[in-house]
Amino acid sequence: MSDRALAVVRAGALTTVQDRGRPGHAHLGVPRSGALDAPAAALVNRLVGNAPEAAVLETTVNGCSVRPRATVTVAVGGAPCPVTVDGRPAAWGAPVRVPGGALLDIGAAHAGVRSYLAVSGGVTVEPVLGSRSTDLLSGLGPPPLTDGTVLPLGRPSGPHACVDAVPHPAPPSELVLRVALGPRHDWFTDAALTTLAARPYAVSSASNRIGLRTEGPALERARPGELPSEGMVLGAVQVPPDGRPVVFLADHPTTGGYPVIAVVDPADLAAAAQATPGTPVRFIAVRHRR
Amino acid sequence: MRAMPVGARALLIELDSGAEAEALHAELLRRCAAGDLAVTEIVPAARTVLLDGLEAPARVAERLASWEVPSAPARAEEVIEIPVRYDGPDLPDVAAHWGVDEAEVVSIHAAAEFRVAFCGFAPGFGYLTGLPREVPRRATPRTAVPPGSVALAGPYTGVYPRSSPGGWQLIGTTDTVLWDPSRVPAALLTPGVRVRFRPAATP
Repeated sequence: MSDRALAVVRAGALTTVQDRGRPGHAHLGVPRSGALDAPAAALVNRLVGNAPEAAVLETTVNGCSVRPRATVTVAVGGAPCPVTVDGRPAAWGAPVRVPGGALLDIGAAHAGVRSYLAVSGGVTVEPVLGSRSTDLLSGLGPPPLTDGTVLPLGRPSGPHACVDAVPHPAPPSELVLRVALGPRHDWFTDAALTTLAARPYAVSSASNRIGLRTEGPALERARPGELPSEGMVLGAVQVPPDGRPVVFLADHPTTGGYPVIAVVDPADLAAAAQATPGTPVRFIAVRHRR
Repeated sequence: MRAMPVGARALLIELDSGAEAEALHAELLRRCAAGDLAVTEIVPAARTVLLDGLEAPARVAERLASWEVPSAPARAEEVIEIPVRYDGPDLPDVAAHWGVDEAEVVSIHAAAEFRVAFCGFAPGFGYLTGLPREVPRRATPRTAVPPGSVALAGPYTGVYPRSSPGGWQLIGTTDTVLWDPSRVPAALLTPGVRVRFRPAATP
């Protein structure tokens, strides 16, 4: 057995393998999946010299600990957190050399929700439909990590980046989501459209990789009844019967029967991935680009 | 046909009927294969087709309006036959709802020719149209429906690819593998495919 492997010592609250996901299979009922904070995952890959499609680990709230069996270069990004190697502080957001057998600990996030760990060579679990991502909605890809999981690593493809510091957006203290109304905004009252754009919401603790749930004023429907199932995109703002908008994230179902009142600009979804429960949410209606 | 913008990169096209949606889906696939349309996802559903990953949705919407789309989809050549043991726990309820006996439910289901209208709910779960009668969902969904369950709901029939919660009426079981990620395509039942169910001996 190759010693290019990573042993999971502490899996943390929810740590999954993620890459750029498996778009292109929605017609088979397959969610796109992939890293929720895609720019953070891309950045840590670049720091360790990986190709952008290499698989990384996505942690949730309290990090994880791993022990590489061979010497590797790692980078931790996304939600800022303490990083230690065998108990000694190491850099966050920069390439770090971890000797084979040493313990790399990614601590609890100071701010934000999801930290990303890239390891030189990438995590090379068997891909499913072209992706190594764990899809929590449909169960495709590797299961969430548990203590003792051993993950195979690929061969490093290039030298790590030489940087002193990289810019990274701080997790949002207020989550501003630019939305384009539609396709089903006509299922809601004018008052509901005004409410969505003018009243404050907050991130609900029931949020997960499938969707960012919100707490706030209920959006009133102009027409009752069910919508026949229809295809849904990343960032769709779906309104279930309780009237509180849900923003669909990477593991969202491919079709749904509740009306989608608006769609979030994909550029704002990385911040949504890092918004902790209770964070204020503001939806801003923008016009479609033509 | 009504094309609605969905964010900056997608279009939701709404049709008047499921048959029109299936026909448009077939036409979109044809144009995609011919290099006439660049799109990441084409997701058919009950009355709509979603096009996601478009460079210029507004231009595609304009072009769509000028297309001549056949009113009904062309029939796929191949028919997938799925052997079923009609031993589902909801057979009596379906029979009562239709006012027939259980054997008649089996004959109705096994005589129909179905078409996969769209997939959703779970990887490889196809919504098959062609059922001559409708049946309501169960009032209380089951927390775990066994894999291979052949089921009915509304105007659709379908087969659960794996164990999951579900509210459809279960009328039988099949050993046919609906979802296999090592197969291309991974789903046996992809949109447009024709399907027949054949009664298999109950062991």
